[in-house]
Parts: sequence; structure tokens; C-alpha cells
Amino acid sequence: MNVRARGFRSATLGGGLVAAMVLAGCGANDSGGSTGGSGGDTADAADLSIDCAPYEEFGDLEGETVSVYTSIVDPEDQPQIDSYVPFEECTGVDVQYEGSREFEAQLVVRIQSGNAPDIAFIPQPGLLQTLVGTGAVSPAPEQVEANVDEYWDESWKGYGSVDGTFYAAPLGANAKSFVWYSPSAFEDAGYEVPETWDDMIALSDEIAATGAKPWCAGIGSGEATGWPATDWLEDVVLRTAGPDVYDQWVNHEIPFNDPQIVEALNTVGDILRNPEYVNGGLGEVQSIASTEFGDAGLPILDGSCWMHRQASFYQANWPEGTEVGPDGDVFAFPLPPIGDAGAPPVLGGGEFTTAFNDDPATQAFQTYLSSPEWANIKAQVSGPGWVSANTGLDPENLVSPIDQLAAELFQDPEAVFRFDGSDLMPGEIGTGELWTQLTEWIANDKPSQAVLTDVENAWPTS
Amino acid sequence: MEWFLRADTVEHKLALMVFAILLFAGVMGAILFGVDRLRRVPLWVIVGGFLGPTFLLLLVGLVYPALSTIRGSFYDRNGSEFVGLDNYVTVFTEDNFQTVLLNTVLWVVLVPLVTTVFGLVYAYLVDRTRFESLAKALVFLPMAISMVGAGVIWKFVYEFRPDQPGVNQIGLLNQLLVLVGIDPQQFLLDAPSNTLYLIVVMIWIQAGFAMTVLSAAIKAIPDDIVEAARLDGVGGVQMFRYVTVPSIRPALVVVITTVAIVTLKVFDVVRTMTGGNFGTSVVANEFYTQAFRQFNFGLGAALAVLLFVLVIPIIAYNVRQLRLSEDVR
Amino acid sequence: MTTTTPVMAPVPMQDRATGRAGRRAASAKTKLSSPAASIIAIVIAVLWTVPTLGLLITSFRPELDIRQSGWWTFFTDPQVTLFNYNEVLYGGSTNFASLFVNSLVITLPAVVIPISLALLAAYAFAWIDFPGRNILFVAVFSLQVVPIQVTLIPLLTLYVDAGLAGSFWTIWLSHSIFALPLAIFLLHNFMKDIPASLVEAARMDGAGHVKIFFSVLLPLLTPAIAAFGVFQFLWVWNDLLVALTFAGGAPDVVPLTVRVAELAGTRGSDWYLLAPGAFIAMILPLVVFLALQRYFVRGLLAGSVKG
Repeated sequence: MNVRARGFRSATLGGGLVAAMVLAGCGANDSGGSTGGSGGDTADAADLSIDCAPYEEFGDLEGETVSVYTSIVDPEDQPQIDSYVPFEECTGVDVQYEGSREFEAQLVVRIQSGNAPDIAFIPQPGLLQTLVGTGAVSPAPEQVEANVDEYWDESWKGYGSVDGTFYAAPLGANAKSFVWYSPSAFEDAGYEVPETWDDMIALSDEIAATGAKPWCAGIGSGEATGWPATDWLEDVVLRTAGPDVYDQWVNHEIPFNDPQIVEALNTVGDILRNPEYVNGGLGEVQSIASTEFGDAGLPILDGSCWMHRQASFYQANWPEGTEVGPDGDVFAFPLPPIGDAGAPPVLGGGEFTTAFNDDPATQAFQTYLSSPEWANIKAQVSGPGWVSANTGLDPENLVSPIDQLAAELFQDPEAVFRFDGSDLMPGEIGTGELWTQLTEWIANDKPSQAVLTDVENAWPTS
Repeated sequence: MEWFLRADTVEHKLALMVFAILLFAGVMGAILFGVDRLRRVPLWVIVGGFLGPTFLLLLVGLVYPALSTIRGSFYDRNGSEFVGLDNYVTVFTEDNFQTVLLNTVLWVVLVPLVTTVFGLVYAYLVDRTRFESLAKALVFLPMAISMVGAGVIWKFVYEFRPDQPGVNQIGLLNQLLVLVGIDPQQFLLDAPSNTLYLIVVMIWIQAGFAMTVLSAAIKAIPDDIVEAARLDGVGGVQMFRYVTVPSIRPALVVVITTVAIVTLKVFDVVRTMTGGNFGTSVVANEFYTQAFRQFNFGLGAALAVLLFVLVIPIIAYNVRQLRLSEDVR
Repeated sequence: MTTTTPVMAPVPMQDRATGRAGRRAASAKTKLSSPAASIIAIVIAVLWTVPTLGLLITSFRPELDIRQSGWWTFFTDPQVTLFNYNEVLYGGSTNFASLFVNSLVITLPAVVIPISLALLAAYAFAWIDFPGRNILFVAVFSLQVVPIQVTLIPLLTLYVDAGLAGSFWTIWLSHSIFALPLAIFLLHNFMKDIPASLVEAARMDGAGHVKIFFSVLLPLLTPAIAAFGVFQFLWVWNDLLVALTFAGGAPDVVPLTVRVAELAGTRGSDWYLLAPGAFIAMILPLVVFLALQRYFVRGLLAGSVKG
């Protein structure tokens, strides 16, 4: 049988592929100035040093490793890694960083399999609560607690605690109550930045009267579609019903479909479901549901939209070369208060440093991350788009004006701060039903009352 | 020991890889050699030699997890408390469950069918033509793209932008609609047609598999059969219908089965493109959401068990085919 | 059922030169409707490729253009930048070349091991007559439907206990396990299509199962193995879930896909990085397909055909 006599012919490489590889290999960096995107002036972490004394009480840590697992990935991971260098130089600990976009699911898998990292940065207090329930989380050491008591607003400490025990110190933060606009376009058109809700509506009407759409929005985010709408709702609840009702609502001490919440959702609807107001450059009201949140503010750049409510981190979404600043291409104003004027309340989010063991090296690193030294070093090595609610952070160290503005809001003792409610609610609501329902609210014009009632009915009973 | 677990240089990794392959070959070789050497070996030893390692892996890696999933479906979200059929009741009384089930059925019927028919016709059309390998490579291309890449690709096909001055379409389909004077559509938003548009993506990915397998099957049809048919005056479409298709029946069954099972399990198309919103969710997506987003392992397990159940008809069909071919032999 | 034609000499066994020539002559006769068929085929091929072409062009366009105009505007107003590729290859903290090596190191054993095991198992199911084999075969076949996700926690627990977590071994083992049911199912189908007469003849000569497997069946199955090898290669190469779970925390182990998925950015919409990332990751699988294509084109079902 000569069946076996088959020979391999030499592989034929597609010429185009080879060319593509060569091209890719020798690409030149042709980026210009980078105020938007991920660039920016940053310090070199190696030049920064800290006082090593606070970490000496944890003993000799030379040669230890600490693994850190987070949802922060490229390009924001590099400043994180850089900011650990002074700690590593002090203690000789090797910090191993790993970021993943599948962080939440993977973290649970690892914990359940007995393969937990030393430290994870958890972005939702709700998830922290779940994990504490599994018994995997170690309480924060006293050094960390002392730092948090000294440098953070007490509401933050509450978000890192479960049933009175303090587990997790806040790390980074973001301020969500911002409305992005174009200062240059506002100036050309003669519009003023509104300071009250009524002014903002009046401005919207004025813009709508010219035939343009004042607002643009997008709540698309793959499997997480709907979350930007929850921020809208929370921001307005905080303004129409106040922080106390907000807390009751988030903790389900009042029904989810309480009349005050319905009123708040209708107020959001006055903007997001008003065909006169939306969706500048993106389509009809419906298009909000399918537009990626990252793309939703971009029509501001070409003048087909004027205002876009989104968190401080949205600055990373402006394309390379967009100037972010009070006199630049884009900037943001705080979403104004409703009714009695005063400091606008701030809705925000952030990560919490959660430890899964109480090894000295882990605790030393926790202490470092909760210190103002770390916050300032992180600010110096970071590009735009990072801020912390640590009051020991000097806003001058932040690169971008919007981050400085956010830091000032966080440090303003007058301003009411509340954590993003959907991150505090049980997962099946905050990262499930509420997203789905608000998406339907936009996509199918489902009535506000029905939307909130359906969420209420889905609230877990136990 | 450390050498086998931690490899950090390129040479070390490659060495470890070669070692792993050699180790595997060595172990398997030893088993088979042993089986072969023994005089008058009992049948079960031979079978054990051929099947043993496989069964060990399958028991540990698939059977045990499957059984514990079935068990978990009767427990609450943390697996701590027995809840009987509660999870199943929740699944079946869920408001949108009918949509989910209907969608799943639509997927599992349409994808294998269209993929197979398409792969077959295409393989037949390009068979023995001058541009055959290029034509096949092009249809195969999507298989080489990761799901992440495919998500980006189809975003630029379906993306919607309003038809306004100063606004450009960035989705290809809507650009074509605008060119012929039709208003752009929200392809992914409008149920139920959005499910069909997602199915198109899956077909696009899987067609390469069907085409490759079927093309090979077509080439294996003995020339004398084709020749005999031609002498009988059979040509073109008739040849396809009465000679080609019956000759490659086993391959067709294989392709339909494989694609159907893959389709049942696949959720990343749905997850990356609509997140299961707008009435596009399927059982696999609900399962993932419950188990890994909501951390409700009980409910997730119940949905996984539902997937097992849905595959029973496919298994039954294959068992029938198996019987038929046994009879022939 | 049409009658089975036990072809003693499978097609490729004919003298290759005359076989090819004969076929070509035959094809000229069959394809009378060639022009129409060719046009349809070309149209389909183009339709299939256009979305990918869009991705290729997108990967070379500046970020703002990607978000604000369709990729086809490239033809009227070509704006090309290598910035995206540069950013993907050199912008991150990880070295792309070493990830490429990781992917390769993961993929080869994860292709070789399950295929070898599956071949042996498929042989046993097809040609060794033992009690209960049909039931066992159906059982193995139905394991295909077990969603990989339900196996993650049990398997990882096992690996952690064995001290293997975060090494290549866990990924090799896991991919092998997940591939087996489908591999056995497919290879079994090809295996049992080999004419019984060939096996019988060998048995008459006194060959045992091991000898029959290696000297009679394996050579005939080479195209099928090549074909399945390519598919398994693609699935492993493009896998994200298994690598994420089992390579977790070990930068020395993670493959290309993990990095490409992260290019989407923390909030997931960096299309200008995803597009080039997806393309770079695609190169090797395509090369493998092109290289092996000619090999299994000659007949996946090398033996014969049952009707």
C-alpha cells in the first residue's frame, strides 16, 4: 500500500499576511499631542520615594510576594503597577498585578476553588458583601482602619464595611455627576453653563428651538447594557428626594417603586425620552438603547449634540488630540441640584482594596494603598482619568482639570456624597433587572411606573 | 518539580511543551505496548488500554462536574440549602422565559440547517474549480477569528446612525439602505428580527466548518459512482440531488449534529452583541448570567440542566443513525 | 439505501498523476453550468469576506475616523495610520512576542493529546467488539453538551489541591478534556467508514488491535486527523475562557487572546485597538489552515463512502 507515501508539501504563506506582519512590526508612532486618550505628562515612579517607617512594623518582608487581581486593564494598569514601586523598594515585596475584564466572574471562580488572590480591588460594595458572606475576606488591619478614619469621608468607610466590621479601604474613585459639554461651542453660541436644574432645562429648550438636539446619550455596554441609565436615575433621586430617601431606596427600606422614585424617573424621562432633546447626532429616543456609552458623547465634537451626562472617566473616551479643559474642546460641569440651590450632590463609584488573607506582606500592602502617600504617587504616575477620594490627595498632583474638579468635589465638606446605588443593591437587581428594565424603558417606551414595579417584584425576598 | 511548573523563558517553555508531548506519547506507548505484548489478553484489558486514559479524563473533567451541576440545580443560590424543584419553577415561570426558549429553538434549528445547506452548496459549487482553494480559504476565514474580533467586525455591519446631515453611517448594512433611499434600521434592537441578525453571525462563523468537512466528503465520492451516473445521463442539479447528497449522508449528519450542539452551548455571540437584551437571550446566556454574574449557582445549574435536556433529541437522532449504519454493516 | 460500494483502493491510492488528470478531464464534463455556478460562488465568497475586510481596513484607520465614519470611506479618502498596531504591539506592559510563544506552547499539546486519545477511543468504539460499547459511545457523545463553565470550579479546585494551578499543565489537561467528546464523535464517524474488509484482511494475517490501529487505520485517517487538528488548533488558539480561568495570575502562561480581550479597555470600547489585536491573533491560525488545506482537501473520509 502506498497510502503512507504521502508527503508534506511546503506550506504556502500568503504574501499579504507576511506584509501585514512586517507593517505591524515597524509601525511608527505618529500620535501628536495627547490631551485626550491615555497619554499625558506623568512622572517616573522610580524618582518618587516614600517614608518606609510605616511598613517596618510588619516585619521583614523581603522576598515575599503579594498578588493583586483587579478589573483595571490596559492602559490604566501600568500606572497602578508603577505606583507600587516605592513600596516594593521599601519592603522588598514583589507585587504581582493581574487585570481582567472578566474579573467578577473569575474572582468568584477562584475563591470557590481555593485559589484566591491576596488582594482584589472590588468595584461594588454589593459584591464585597457577597464575598464576605462566603467567609473568604479578611478584615482590614488597624493601620488601614486608622488611615481610612483620618483621610476619608465616613460614608466611604461604611461602603467598605459589612455588618459593622471594616473590611476594605477605598482605593480609586470616580465622580459620576458630570455633564460634558464643549466650552468652545458654548462660547461661540453664547450659551452659559447652567448652575440650576431649571437653567439647564431652559438651556435645553433654547437649543431645541434652534432645531438642534441638546442632549446625547447611550446606554449600550454589551452584556452590561443599561448601566448608564441607572446612573441618571440615581443622580436625580439624590436631587429630587434627597440623600436620606436615596439610602432607604438603595437598602430597600422603601419600595423600589415608591412614588418619589417614580417622580425621579419621570424627571429623567423629561430629558432622555423627550424627542425634542435627544438623541443629538445619534437618532431617535430609541437609539439611546443601542448606542455604546463610549460613543455617545462624541457628537459633541461635531456640534450635533450639546450636553452629555457621564462620569469623570469619560475623558478617556475622547479621541486622541481632543483638548479637555475649561477653555478646551470639551469639559464638564457638575449636574446641577434641583430646587433649593446649594452644592450639587455627588454620585460616585470606586474600588475597594479587599484582602483574602492576613499575611504581614498583604497587610503592609493594604496599609500602603490606603495612605495619602500612595494616592499622591498614583496621581503623579497616572495619566488623565484617575482620582481618589482620599483627602490627603493634593489635587495639584492630578494631570487633568476634570480630575482636579472631581477631587475638589470629593474633598468639599459641603457636598453630599453617595455611592452608585446599583453597585450597592443585590446583584440580581443592580447588575441585572434594573439594567434590563431601564433598557426597555428607553427601547420600548415602557411606562416608568411599570418599570419600577417590575424591579420591585424582582427584589430577592430573603 | 519547580522546573515542570514554572517556565519563564522562551526556551524553557518550548522545552516544557516538548517534554509534555513526549511524556504523553511515552505513557500511551507503554500502555499500548503492554496491551499488545501480553499473550491471550482478555478483551477488557485491550479495551482498557484504548479507552482507559480517555475515560479517566472524562470522568474527572466532565461527568463529575455534570453530576454536581444536576445536584446543584436542586439547591439554593449558594448550594447550602435543598430547595427541591424551586429553581426549575423559577425558570419556567419567568416572564421572558418563553422568549428565551423560543429563541433557543430558533437558533438550534436555523443555524445547523442553514450552515449545512450553505456549506454543502458552496463546497459543491467550488469543487474542482480553478479558484477552489482561495474560495474555500475566504469562507473559512471567520473560523480563524476570535469571538472578540467577530464582535467588532459585526458591530461595523449592524451599527445604526440616524439619517441626518453631518452624520455618517458606520454600519455597512445601514449605509447600503441609505444608498438605496431606505431609512436606516436598528438591526439589533427590533425584536424578533434581531435574533435572526444574530443568527447570521453564528452562521457566518460556522459555515467554514461545514464547508471544509463536506467538501472533503464530496471529494471522497468514488469517481466510478459519478461516472456511472453520468453515463446514465444524470447531470447538474440532478447529480447533486441524487448522487452527491446521498453519498455524503454520514458527513451531513456529523456536521448538523456538531453545529447544533455548538450552537446550544454558544452564548458569546449574544453576550457581546446585545447582552441578551431586546428579547434576544438564549438559554446558554441566561445560564451564564445567573451563575457568573448574579452568583445564583442553583438557578444557573437548573438552566444548564435544561441545556442537557434540549440536546436529547439530537442524541436520539444520532443513536438512530448509529443503529442504521450498524445494520448496513 | 443505496448499496455500499466497498472500494478496496481508496481514491488517493491511485497513481496520483493519472488520478488528477482523470479528474480534471471529468470535471470539465461535469461542470457544464460552470459560469453561473462560478459567479454564485464568487458572490458568496465576497459577501463572506467583506465584513472581515472592513475589520482589516478599520485596523489601519485613526480612532476618531473609526467612530465617526464608515470604513468604506477609506476608498474615497484614505487615512492610514500604523498607530493602532504600534499601540497594540508595543504600548502595553506585556510583550506581545512572549504571549505569542505562550499561545503556541498551550496550543500544540492541547491539539496532539486529545487527538491521540480520541483516535484510540474512536478505534475501540468502531472496531473492538465489547459489551456495552454503543451505550458508552452515546454517553461520551452526549458529554459534548456539558457547558465548559460548569466544570471550571471543580477542575480548578482539583488543580489547586494538586499544586498545578497557574501552570501550563492545567490548560493542557483542560483543553484535552473539553475536546475529547467531539473529537471521539467525529473521528469515530470517519473511522467506521473505513471498509471492514481492510480490517478483516489484517486480522486474518494475525494482526492484533494495536497493530491494526497503527498500520491500517492511522494512515488512512491522516486527512481526517489533519482536518480535526486544524479545527482543534483554532478552538484552542482562540479560547479565552479556559485560559482566563486556569492560567489565572500567571503572566508567564497567559495566551494572546487574554491580552487581545483586554485591548477593549477597562470600559470596553477601544475599537481602534481591538481591530489590529484581532488581526494579529488571526495570522497563525490562517497560516495553519492554508498550510494544511491541500492536505485534507484530498479527502477527509479517505476510506470510502457508505450510502
